[in-house]
Amino acid sequence: MKFNYFKTHAVLILISACLVSMQSCKPKTAQSAASGDASKTFVAPGKYDEFYNVVSGGFNGQVAVYGIPSGRLFRIIPVFSQSPESGYGFSEETKPMLNTSHGFVPWDDQHHIALSQTKGEHDGRWAFANGNNTPRIARIDLTTFRTSEILEIPNSAGNHASPFITENSEYIVAATRFSVPLDDQNGDVPINTYKQNFKGSISFISVNPTSGEMNIAFQIRTPGVNFDLSRAGKGKSHGWFFFSCYNSERANTLLEQNSAKNDKDFVIAVNWKKAEEYLKAGRAKTQSVKYAHNVYDENTHTARSTIRTEVAVLDPADCPDMLYVIPCPKSPHGTDVDPTGEYIAASGKLAASIPVFSFTKIQKAIADKAFDGEYDGIPIIKYEAALHGEVAKPGLGPLHTEFDGKGNAYTSMFVSSEIVKWRLSDLQVLDRVPTYYSVGHLSVPGGPTAKPHGKYMIAYNKITKDRYLPTGPELTQSAQLYDISGEKMKLILDFPTTGEPHYAEALPAALIQSKQRKIYKIEENTHAYVSKGEGQTKVERNGNQVHVWMTAIRSHLTPDNIEGVKVGDEVYFHITNLEQDWDVPHGFAIKGANNAEILVMPGETQSLKWVADRSGIFPFYCTDFCSALHQEMSGYLRVSPAGSNVALHFSTGTNKPAVTTEGTPVKDTLKATSKQ
Amino acid sequence: MKKIVNIVLSVSTIIIFSCNETGTETEKTAGVNETAVETGGQASVRDDVSAKDVVKIANGSKDHSTLVATLKQADLINSLSNAGPFTVFAPTNAAFDKVPKETLDNLMKDENKAQLKDILEYHVYVGTLKTEMMEDGQTLNQVNGDNVTITKKDGKVIINNSATVVLSIPAANGIVHVIDAVLLPPSK
Repeated sequence: MKFNYFKTHAVLILISACLVSMQSCKPKTAQSAASGDASKTFVAPGKYDEFYNVVSGGFNGQVAVYGIPSGRLFRIIPVFSQSPESGYGFSEETKPMLNTSHGFVPWDDQHHIALSQTKGEHDGRWAFANGNNTPRIARIDLTTFRTSEILEIPNSAGNHASPFITENSEYIVAATRFSVPLDDQNGDVPINTYKQNFKGSISFISVNPTSGEMNIAFQIRTPGVNFDLSRAGKGKSHGWFFFSCYNSERANTLLEQNSAKNDKDFVIAVNWKKAEEYLKAGRAKTQSVKYAHNVYDENTHTARSTIRTEVAVLDPADCPDMLYVIPCPKSPHGTDVDPTGEYIAASGKLAASIPVFSFTKIQKAIADKAFDGEYDGIPIIKYEAALHGEVAKPGLGPLHTEFDGKGNAYTSMFVSSEIVKWRLSDLQVLDRVPTYYSVGHLSVPGGPTAKPHGKYMIAYNKITKDRYLPTGPELTQSAQLYDISGEKMKLILDFPTTGEPHYAEALPAALIQSKQRKIYKIEENTHAYVSKGEGQTKVERNGNQVHVWMTAIRSHLTPDNIEGVKVGDEVYFHITNLEQDWDVPHGFAIKGANNAEILVMPGETQSLKWVADRSGIFPFYCTDFCSALHQEMSGYLRVSPAGSNVALHFSTGTNKPAVTTEGTPVKDTLKATSKQ
Repeated sequence: MKKIVNIVLSVSTIIIFSCNETGTETEKTAGVNETAVETGGQASVRDDVSAKDVVKIANGSKDHSTLVATLKQADLINSLSNAGPFTVFAPTNAAFDKVPKETLDNLMKDENKAQLKDILEYHVYVGTLKTEMMEDGQTLNQVNGDNVTITKKDGKVIINNSATVVLSIPAANGIVHVIDAVLLPPSK
C-alpha cells in the first residue's frame, strides 16, 4: 500500500504529457473548458447582451449591473455606501438617503436582490436590495438604475433573510439574522439571558403597486432564532413564505460549535394571508419604535428623510395557524421554491442531503395535525409528513438552489466547490460540474420566478487564486457563466466581480432596455436651487453661507469667475446640467473639497458643500470628459480673508481685461513676445 | 507498484478515449466535467508563505502518505484545500496498516470510489474543534452524514471508542487530529 507518491505523479505527468504531444489533447483545466466556448459570450459591437444581471455587492454596499452572456460590468449603482464617483451620499440632495435612526450611516453589507414581479414573472420595474448591517431595504428604479428609496427596519439586527418578494410584489420581507431585545425593551441585559430576552422578527413590507413606495405593513414576533434566507410561495403556495433558521439551540456564544448541536434546525412556514386577516381583525399591537424612511424625488432631485415611530406587531400566540415549524437538517441556508410552487428545497449547509418539501404535503400535514410537539408554542410539522424526498449525497455543503423551468434544480456546493443539477420529480442527480472555487449563490435568469428563462446560470465564487493574477493579500471574487441549455452544464466564461457578490437576479434586456430614462426634462426640474438657463445663475450670501446657482453645458460653467468669498464661508455649489442630451453628465469638483465630486445628469441639479479654509484662488472644473473642449470647462473661485471688503462678484466671459492687483492694465508679455 | 500501473493505465485510457471520441474541444469539455480539475485546482497553488491547510499538513507528514493517497483517489484534495473550516481526524499509515490489505486495495479501485469517499468524509467535520472544546459523550455529525461519538478519558480524546487522538495540529483552514485507527461509518 505504501508507495511513493512523487513517483506516481511523475509517471502520470510523463504519460499524459506524451499523450498531449501526440494527440494535442489538452488537459481539461478551467481555462481550456472556458476558452472552448468563448464565442458564445462575445457580443459584437452593434449588438447588446441578452440579459441584465443585477448583482449584490456584498461588503461594498452597492449593486452592480452586468450583461449576460458577455459578463461586462455596466454600472455600479450606489445604494447603501457613499460613492465618491457620483457624489451619492456626498451631495446635499443624496445625504438624506443614508439617514437612519442611528444618524448618517454611509455603508452597509448588501447581500440579496429581489426583482419586482407581476403574476409570478419579472415586470422590470424595481430591484430591491437588503442592507444587512444596519437593517435597511432599498428600492432601485430600473429605468434610471438609481436608488429611489431606503427603508430602515426596526426590531432587527442583521437584515439577512431579505428582500424576498411575492409573485405580485405584494410584499417583500425582512427577517432578522440576529435576534435581539426588541427596540422598545431595555436592551441593557446580560448576553447570556438570550433565551429570555432576545426575540426574532419578520417584517412584511408592502410595495405600492404604482409608485413602488415601501411601508412596513406588519411584523411577526418570533422565537429568538437566526433567520437565514427565505422565499415566497408561488402559484399553489402563493400566500405562504418559507424562512430557513439556524441556531434553534438559541446559543449566544461560539455559534460555530453551539449552534450546530441539534441534528435538525428548521424552516418556518408563514401563512401571510392569515396574518393579513389577523391584522384586519385588529390582533396586531402597536409598538413604539424609531426608523427612517428616505425617498428620492426625481422632480426636486432631492431626497427627504422622515422618521417613523410605530409598527404593527402580530404575536403568534394571539394568531393560531399563522406559523409552522418544519424540521430541516443542520443549519439550513437556502430555502428555495420551485417555479410551480410545489417544492421547497432547503439546503442544510452541514447536511449530507438536500431535503425537498412538498407544499401539498405540508397542507395535508397541517390538516391532519401531523405534528411533533411545539417550538415555543409553534406547531412542529413531522419531518416525514412534509417531505417530498431527499436528494441523497448531492455534494458537500449545499447552499442555494435555482431552477430552469424544465423540472430541474441546480444547487451550489460550497465545500466541494461544485454545482449539482438534479431533477425535482425523482430527486436524481443528473450532472455535476466543478466551479472555481467556494461557490456561494447561483443565478438563473428568472430562476426564482414562476417562468425561468433557463439558458444560462451564473455562479458566484469566492476564490480565484489558482488562475487570476494575484493582487497582493486579496484577490478578486469571480462569476462563472454556464450554458445550461443542454443536458450537461458547460462553463463558458469566468469573469471578476466587484465587492463580494452574494445573490443576483437576471432579467431579459428586452423588458427594460427601451424604458431607460435618457434625460431629466429641465422644465420639470423643481429643485430649490435650479438654474433653468444661464440667465438664472447667481451668487448670494446669507450670513456665512454663500449659495452659487451654477449651470453646466458644453463646454463652460456659469459663472466661472467668483470673487468675494471669505475664509470661513460655507459655499454651496448648486450645479444644474443644462444638457438635454442622453449620456452627457457633467461633473463638478473644486480644490480642497472635503467630500467628493458630484456628477450631474442632463436636466438635473446637485449641490456640493465646500468650506473656504484659507484665502487664495481655487480652481473648479468639470470632471466628466464631456467634449473636445472638456479641458477648458473650468473656473476660479477667489477666497479673501475674513473681514475683507472684496465684494461678491460673479461672471462668465466678462471679467476682463486682466488687471494688476492695484487695478492698472497689465502689459501682455506673451503677445509682445510672439510679435518679435 | 501494480496499483500505480493500474492508475496510469486507467487515466491514459480516459484521455485517449475522450480525445478519439470527440472531435472538437467544445464537445470534449461537455462530457467530462468531473475531470476538469485534474491538472490544476487550488490545491496546486504555489504558496510556501501561508499557514498550511489540512491537505498540506497531511502532505507534509511522512506518517500520512496512505491517507493522502486515499484522499486523492476519492477526489477530496481540492475540497479540503477549500476555505473549510474542517476538523480532520487523520489516521496514520500505521492505522491504515491495521485495515486488512485486501479491504484497502478494494477501496482504492475506481469502482469503489463512492465507498472510499464515504469513509473519508466520515473523518471530516465542518467546523474547527480543538480537543479542549470537545465534551465527553458529544456526538459530531460528520460530512458523510453519520455521527461519531467523543469520549474523554484520562486526558485522552477517543473517537468511537476506537481511535485515540495522538496529536493535534492547527491548520489554516481548520485542525488536524492525528488518530491511531481508521474510523468506519456505521453500516447502513
